Order: sequence, then structure tokens, then C-alpha cells
Amino acid sequence: MLWRYIFFRVLMLIPVSFSISVVIFMIVHLLPGDPIDNLIRVGSSPDDRAALITKYGLDQPLAIQYLRWIGAMFQGDFGEAIVLRRPVADLIAQNLPYSLALGGLAFAFSSIVGIILGTISATTRSKIVEQFMRGFILLGSTVPGFWLALLMILFFAVQLQWFPVSGAGGWSALVLPVLTIGFGGVALVARVTRVALLDVKREDFVMLLHAKGLPSYKILFGHLMPHALLPVVTILALRIGWILGGAVTVEFVFGRPGLGSLLIRALGQRDYPVVQGCLLMLALAVMLGTLIGDVAQAAMDPRIREAKT
Amino acid sequence: MSSMTGIAARWMAGYRGTPVSRAFGSWLGKIAGGFLVLLVLTAIFAPWITPFDYAAQDLTNGNAPPGWPHLLGTDQFGRDVLSRVIYGARTSLSVSATAIAISITAGMTLGAAAGYFGGFFERAVMTVVDLTWSFPDILIALIFVAIIGPGLTSTTFAIAIAYLAQFTRLTRAQIVRLKRETFIEATINLGAKPHHILLKHLLPNAIAPVIVVGMLAIGDGIVLEATLGFFGLGAQPPTPSWGAMMSSGTAQLFLSPWVIIFPGVVVAVTVIAVNLFGDELIRALDIRDRIRGS
Repeated sequence: MLWRYIFFRVLMLIPVSFSISVVIFMIVHLLPGDPIDNLIRVGSSPDDRAALITKYGLDQPLAIQYLRWIGAMFQGDFGEAIVLRRPVADLIAQNLPYSLALGGLAFAFSSIVGIILGTISATTRSKIVEQFMRGFILLGSTVPGFWLALLMILFFAVQLQWFPVSGAGGWSALVLPVLTIGFGGVALVARVTRVALLDVKREDFVMLLHAKGLPSYKILFGHLMPHALLPVVTILALRIGWILGGAVTVEFVFGRPGLGSLLIRALGQRDYPVVQGCLLMLALAVMLGTLIGDVAQAAMDPRIREAKT
Repeated sequence: MSSMTGIAARWMAGYRGTPVSRAFGSWLGKIAGGFLVLLVLTAIFAPWITPFDYAAQDLTNGNAPPGWPHLLGTDQFGRDVLSRVIYGARTSLSVSATAIAISITAGMTLGAAAGYFGGFFERAVMTVVDLTWSFPDILIALIFVAIIGPGLTSTTFAIAIAYLAQFTRLTRAQIVRLKRETFIEATINLGAKPHHILLKHLLPNAIAPVIVVGMLAIGDGIVLEATLGFFGLGAQPPTPSWGAMMSSGTAQLFLSPWVIIFPGVVVAVTVIAVNLFGDELIRALDIRDRIRGS
């Protein structure tokens, strides 16, 4: 059954990725002016211009252009960056590992710390811890990421000089960005974990477990957690996309290389082949993230498999 | 919930006055709501309150620390930070509120139509909505800015598009739930026309959660506006905007951190106030389940 679910879920990716790629493809055509003017360097010779028109097939119908564009993408040809004068594929290959490292660490950090904090706040009876968690969750879900990043730089990098201000040299440069993205993620995961645990705690079977004398820690880890983790996995899966979104901002502030900062810089310089390449990669990552999340959820809960196939 | 329902039970439970006055009832609501009212008034009366011209440069007095007469200091061009923060409230609030108004109008129309008519139309709309739902708002906004280019107009539309899915989903959920109610069935049996049912019965009953979520979304919109402004893709100089101020402040991070700190504090406090007050409103209207269920 699970394989059947995965099959249909992967099948769903085809129309989804098709529509997204069409939107991203259309960017250069919806911009004011001739598409070629958005794709060519200022001061190019008429010969270059003609060559580029043939390369992108700009003299052909839109549908054909799209097919050529997406076909080239599949072969790893993302076009040529206008400002940086290098193949976009190289730029992406160079920046992707940084984004993956940052995103992966931030994701792991928010999941682990979030689940621990959520569990503590659901099991404690202390009012102070309770209030602290409420405040933390409120701050974590409202404070703008880029401002938090700036504050982190001001405090930890400029005042205390514990970490480098910017750049990507080594592990110490990863600490502040991961903490910045993780802050929001931890708050979210902690809240969901807390609510889920409190919900399960009210079930009759938990009272039975207490009545038969099982130690609380065994009830927590053996019985409460498996139930409570399902909504947590759901939210974490959705969060993969949001962590990428947060990474875009944070990479830019910390001046780290990565898909996000590449994208923002390209948007500012109107370097559209790079913009298209980055957006496509980020969209792909979001889709893969939700796919993994959905499959993990279906693997954990048979009801979801039944309902969706 | 007690067994008593309706107005009597609500009155006994302390549900008196309008929802807004109830939201102002708790001390959290008073602080958060009071701050928001103050902020809106500040934005409206900005020209009369600001101590300095927000664009006036005084290069001999650049990067001055907070003190007198520049209460929040000056930036690299010697412009008064306080005046720019006050004018930034105008930009930020108007952009976010306009965007969310557009988003609510479009989202309610789509969601109501999808929920009411159902069938293929509903499925088509909801497929697109679910698709955009999984994407981070900043990514949707960036795609949009890539298409129409940087500026405040595109920022407005980018925010509107980014939250469209949320309002469509919410409205549809409300309509679908209301359609099952007996009074709607009765109205249908009395021979009411679809537009009458939609406009007179369904939408008025569906509007409360949408308004509250809209208010919360204005907070998100402010953050998104500030983020785009920070990237240099939102408000263009010399328009004062919280995000753009912080972005120009990064160059002088060591020299004049107050250029970054104060606009950021205002953004953060505003968003926190919006969230707290929105929470109080949700409690006052007793609609938590209706928002969660969408």
C-alpha cells in the first residue's frame, strides 16, 4: 500500500513541476520589453544577439521555446549568466552545497531542540517554564529573520567577537546563521510538539498505563511520543520549504554564498538566467521536501495512505 | 462548552459589547491594541509629529548616536532616524494593508465561488491553492518581483499573491461548513437565488475568521515588506521604509548600529502586537476552531 501511495504521490509531481516551470520560464517574457533584451549583455554585438536568439529559439512559438528551455535544463544547461559571465549551472553547483549545509543543519537543529523544548513544556508543571515557552514561541514566530540575523551579528560577532561576522570560512561561520533560522523553527516545532503531547496525554489509554504502574518516562517515550510525533513530522515536512525561505534571507545578511544570496543578487542585477535557475532549484527543493514529508507521514499513519490513494 | 448555547450563554460568560471591545478587555489586549492604534495614528499624522524632515541630509552630523536633538540618532547622511522610522510606518502599514485588502478580496471571491459551486471549479482552484500553500511566502514574493521588477507596487502585489492561498482556503472552508447548516437549507427551499444566498447569508457568516486572519496577515505582510525592502527590491530611495533603512544601515553596522536596531525593534514590536491582538480577537469572537479547521 505504501508503494502505491508513493507512486501516486510522485505522479502528482509532474503537473506541479510543470506549472511551476512554466511560471518561471515566463518571467523573461512577462517582463517589459523584448525577451532578448532581458537575456543579453549591454553592448553585445548584433552577431551575439542573433546567436542568442537562435540559442534560446526566441524566433519560435512560446511552446517550442519552453520545450527547448526545459530540455536544456534537463541536460544541465541553465544558460549563461549575464553579469557574472559564467554558465548558470556552474554558479548553482558552486552555491548549492552551502545552502544544503545551512538548510540541513538548521532543519536538524529546529527538529531536535524543538521536540526537546516542546516535550519539556508539555511535561512540566512549572508556571515559569510555561510562561517562558509562550514568550519564546511568540518571539520565534514573529521576529523577522533578517533583523534577528543582524542582531546576532551585532552582539555575538561585533561585541563579543565569538564568531565571524560574515562569510563561509569553516564551521564557526555556520553557527550564527543556523541559530537564526533555527530560532523560528524551534519555536514552531516546540509549539506543535507541546500541543500534540497534551492532546495524547488526555487519552484513556494513558490513564490505564499510569494505573498499571508504568514509570512516567516509559509512558512518555514508549507511548506518548509515537502518537505525538505525527503532527510534528507533518509540520517539519512543511517547514522544509520555510527553512529554505529563511535561508534565502539569512544567507544574504551573513554574506554567505548559497542559492538564496545568489538569487537576491541576481534579482538586483536583473540577471534573469540566474534568477530562473535559482528559482527552479529552490522550487524543486520545496517540492522534494513536501514529498519526503508526505511519504514519511504516510509511512507512519496507514489512514493517510488509505485516504489519498 | 456549557449545554446552554446562543446569546444568553455568551452573555453570562462575559461576552458583552462588541468583539473589539472584548479584545481590549484583557491587559494584553489593551497594550497590544493600544500600541497598534498609536502606530496607525503616528503613521497618519507623520508630517505633524516628525521632529525633522525625513529626507533632510546633514552630512556634518552623520552617524550621530541617539541623544538630543536626534532622539534615535542619525544615519550615514545625517538624516534623523526617528523621523524616518515614523515615515517608514506610513510606507509599511499602507503597503501591507493594501496588499492584504487585495488578497482578502480576491481570496474571498475565489474561496466562496469554489466552496459554493464545488465540482471541477473547486478542484481546479484548490489544486492551485495547495500548490502555492507549500511555498514559502518570500519565494512567491520573489518570483513576483522578478516578473514586475522592484518597487512598492510590485511589493504590494507580491504580498497580495503570497497570502492569496490562505484566504481562499479559509473562505472555502467556512462556506463548505455553512452550506450544511439548516438555515441555509431553509433559505434554498424558500427559493432564494444563489447570489442572494451567497451575499446575504454565507459571506456575512464567513467573514469574521477571514477578517481576523487578515489582521494577522497584515503583520506577516509588514515583515515581508521589510524583507523585500532590506533586499533592495521594495521601496526605492528616498522613500523611507523600515526594511530599506536597515539595509542601508548594514554598511555602517559597526559605526551606527542604531540605524538597524530601531527600525527592527519597531517591526518586531508591531508584529508581536498584531499577533497578540489578533489572538485576543480570536478569543473574543470564539472562532479558534473555525480558523484551525481550514
